[in-house]
Amino acid sequence: MRPERSFRLEAVVLHHSDWGEADRLLTLYTREKGKVRAIAKGARKVRSRKAGHLEPFTRVTLQLARGRDLLIVTQAETLDAYQPLREDLLRIGYAAYVAELLDRFTYEDESENRNIFRLLTETLSRISAEPDPWLSLRYYEVHLLDHLGFRPQLFSCANCKTEIQPVDQYFSASQGGVLCPKCGVGLPGVWEVSLDALKYLRHFQRSTYREAKRARPLAAIQNEVESLMQRNFTYLLERELNTPGFIKQIKK
Amino acid sequence: MLPDPIQNLILALERLPGVGPKTASRLAFFLLRAPLELSSALADALTELKSKTGLCQECFNITLAGSERCNVCESPQRDGSVLCVVEEPLDMLALERIGAYRGKYHVLHGVLSPIEGIGPDDLKIKPLLERVRRGEVKEVILATNPSMEGDATALYLRQQLQPLNVHLTRLARGLPVGGDLEYADQNTLLRALTGRQEMS
Ligand SMILES: [Zn+2]
Ligand SMILES: [Zn+2]
Repeated sequence: MRPERSFRLEAVVLHHSDWGEADRLLTLYTREKGKVRAIAKGARKVRSRKAGHLEPFTRVTLQLARGRDLLIVTQAETLDAYQPLREDLLRIGYAAYVAELLDRFTYEDESENRNIFRLLTETLSRISAEPDPWLSLRYYEVHLLDHLGFRPQLFSCANCKTEIQPVDQYFSASQGGVLCPKCGVGLPGVWEVSLDALKYLRHFQRSTYREAKRARPLAAIQNEVESLMQRNFTYLLERELNTPGFIKQIKK
Repeated sequence: MLPDPIQNLILALERLPGVGPKTASRLAFFLLRAPLELSSALADALTELKSKTGLCQECFNITLAGSERCNVCESPQRDGSVLCVVEEPLDMLALERIGAYRGKYHVLHGVLSPIEGIGPDDLKIKPLLERVRRGEVKEVILATNPSMEGDATALYLRQQLQPLNVHLTRLARGLPVGGDLEYADQNTLLRALTGRQEMS
């Protein structure tokens, strides 16, 4: 018999679900092969050696073997458990949001995207460490879109290409960015975006995290930016995400 | 194409957790060849499963249809001042098997799962808070699983129960019996260290 192909990967566990009697099906985002699914045998047994290393939002090194239909985890070792985020319900919600967004936007095509992997691990560290992770999440959204090839057009009108003037604008998810007042007015499926909200979005898009962090938007602008991105994602993914509703429920 | 009666059974079996198309077909053909009494017994059991069971109105354990409260809640021997909160009826069964717990239970029927969009309103959390508010309960033991979802649920329950002035505990977690320190993940080791016990 030919030996099974086996390989080593660095991964973040995005999601797990029960599989068979005592196994778990893991959704992983790997540094080397993008999104991958694998089975962890016996991971629901109390005495499993692997289970603790394979909880969602853990960065691990994995040894995987190609089984008949699916990849099988043969070894796992934690690199970072992002422990502080596990002790705060809201941060768990944020980490789940980060994982859900990435899971929905990617396919298991074994294509490497190191930028996304780095953004993911950095974002989980920030959710663990920042006093208020709001900005880490918005930064993640904007840069994830960038790495996925959905970078929204924020500097010139997505329709007529004229440079954006310093007045309130419109946003069109279907056209992939901002529309100038002339192109956007009265158009169905577009929504208004204030000049302030647009300024922050642009700032996040072209800044490093350290620069972006200096931004201190007012609560009203925070809400506007957040809901604009939510509507944009709902359009791009053709469905609503689960975690924003969860976060809303636990905040009340 | 298979005849409908077989196809329908395969499709129904496939919806069970942990059963894929192959297993579903194997089971369906097994039942087809087996004596009639097996499929009749199975069919009867399945119908009665729903029609003859209900939920205990106190703790939400599974009970016989028609009885408002389960055996544990009815028993005068059980201590109503201690509540053990579990995810599923099977967890309660596992704890009952050790025979060492004398308090009562509360079954949540699930666990918080942000990614699956399962929030507090989807679980039996409101009735738990009402039970505690009535004042008889002095201690609540959070016995959700030691997983991200189980921890999230325990954190939420802590947030909700703390203002109600009740003693809160969480099942101890640490190294599994027969385990080896060397293979323990950071999370387990940390919990084992913080939950360490006096040696007398
Ligand atoms: Zn225009
Ligand atoms: Zn009961």
